[in-house]
Amino acid sequence: MSQHTPALAIETAGLVKTFGETRAVDGVDLAVPAGTVYGVLGPNGAGKTTTVKMLATLLRPDGGEAHVFGHDVVREADEVRGRVSLTGQYASVDEDLTGTENLVLLGRLLGHSKQAARRRSEQLLEAFGLSEAAAKQVKHYSGGMRRRIDIAASILNTPDLLFLDEPTTGLDPRSRNQVWDIVRAVVAQGTTVLLTTQYLDEADQLASRIAVIDHGKVIAEGTKGELKASVGAGSVHLRLRDPGQRPDAERVLRATLDADVQLEPDPVALTARLSSATGDSAAEEASRALAELARTGITVDNFSLGQPSLDEVFLALTGHDTGQDSGQDLGRDSKDEVAA
Amino acid sequence: MSTATTSEAKELAPVSAESLAELLVTGERPPRPSALSASLTFGWRAMLKIKHVPEQLFDVTAFPIMMVLMYTYLFGGALAGSPKEYIQFLLPGILVMSVVMITMYTGVSVNTDIEKGVFDRFRSLPIWRPSTMVGYLLGDAVRYTLASAVMLTVGIILGYRPDGGVVGVVTGIALLVVFSFAFSWIWTMFGLLLRTEKSVMGVSMMVIFPLTFLSNVFVDPKTMPGWLQAFVNNSPITHLSSAVRELMAGDWPADEIAWSLGWAGVLMLVFGPITMRLYNRK
Repeated sequence: MSQHTPALAIETAGLVKTFGETRAVDGVDLAVPAGTVYGVLGPNGAGKTTTVKMLATLLRPDGGEAHVFGHDVVREADEVRGRVSLTGQYASVDEDLTGTENLVLLGRLLGHSKQAARRRSEQLLEAFGLSEAAAKQVKHYSGGMRRRIDIAASILNTPDLLFLDEPTTGLDPRSRNQVWDIVRAVVAQGTTVLLTTQYLDEADQLASRIAVIDHGKVIAEGTKGELKASVGAGSVHLRLRDPGQRPDAERVLRATLDADVQLEPDPVALTARLSSATGDSAAEEASRALAELARTGITVDNFSLGQPSLDEVFLALTGHDTGQDSGQDLGRDSKDEVAA
Repeated sequence: MSTATTSEAKELAPVSAESLAELLVTGERPPRPSALSASLTFGWRAMLKIKHVPEQLFDVTAFPIMMVLMYTYLFGGALAGSPKEYIQFLLPGILVMSVVMITMYTGVSVNTDIEKGVFDRFRSLPIWRPSTMVGYLLGDAVRYTLASAVMLTVGIILGYRPDGGVVGVVTGIALLVVFSFAFSWIWTMFGLLLRTEKSVMGVSMMVIFPLTFLSNVFVDPKTMPGWLQAFVNNSPITHLSSAVRELMAGDWPADEIAWSLGWAGVLMLVFGPITMRLYNRK
């Protein structure tokens, strides 16, 4: 199998999809190397799902070309379908059926005998920690279980290319980590993964290359390092004990970090956006700032080191924000939470 | 919902990376299933849904019983002197009418699946494209057979005596099920075309009521005005109910059977490809 696999799992040129007046996908060029995780990052409505649907032969492109393992997604749709698998909120499993029934059904549709489909579904449910829920209808599954069964259904036959369309949207952090572990295990076996996500840290955790999409266009593409360098090192969020000390803290941070400091709606909170210009890591910069604050006698209750959020990436790349409530962005503040 | 989610998530067993890796490596890829096998698998899915949601059989049990009782006693005295005499004429017709009416639920289930999100998974599989649709219809054929059996039982209790015996009755029902299978392609089309379950129901009613009532199910068309006779005498439902009526009475109405099967063929040839085109374009 692997010797027949071309170097590129996905190659698109000027891919376009319009819905009425809207150009949902507006000339997307992608080149996804086989055997890697490729992240497609963008806010809701950026055109991520539409792109995936075209690549998975579910939607017909209105312009441009797309090849999956060298097969045209329109003219050779059947060949493409034989090699890819899809997991997304729209390509799910049957809620009325049990976990086992769903997997056996799909196993049969993929050509397995009854016994083989049953055996495979048992093994998958076991591996995904769903054995106990095997006989339960999927509508009674929790969000995390639901995502596991969705992914299990996608790897009944090990696909050469797996589309994961926002696999962790709406999951709690713990279930999210578990999904990430699954993705890593799948990739380790040689499957190429196209991951769409709204969360920079998810792309950061899993993907080797990332394309940022906005309004149906790829606005940035590169390795994680390249992308981050264009955005900055991240930010430090601080909570002070005394709101009266906030102006002092703001001054100290500006002086020490040469950073853009933002006052939060919460009167004790403030955020400093770190620049990568100094060459120091975000952690080094943050500890320098904390030391300086302590010396000035400002009491810090709590601080966290945040990755640049998707909002910040967008701001840096496009000059406008994602137009979304930043409270939705789980990527922010999820890491390195430290009580001072 | 959220509380249940959290507590379940905590109990959720961890994913075993090793056994997962093993599964991914050993996963051989079997040859694709045949068109028949894929269709039957989708039919099996329809059966599983009946098993899990038996309430959905309400429309093929309670509804037909209601139809038989209602029309037998409502019209029986006026049209044929007594309900008992009327049911000899009515039962095959009302059987056709009820089963043809039940076919419209096919469109609703197609539409529900699209909304629930399982549909795109099926569409992304390398299988014979129409098998998903054929699967719905195979499952529905079982429902039509069940509805027919229920109505026939009620009819016999009320005094219906088919002279055609078991052979006549079974042939009649078989013809009805075959016709309904073909007729349902209209609904798969609407199920794919319309955006909500409600609109599917609405449009279905608009088609099904005139089509089934403007037929020879209740009365002999000779009493109708000429223009209506022209419509009624050429309606597929009239041909079908004449065929079923005569089959159950022990005759062999070759013409009417040919008309019914001919209509079935035309319906399938027209709406089958439209359905598949919509399915591929969705």
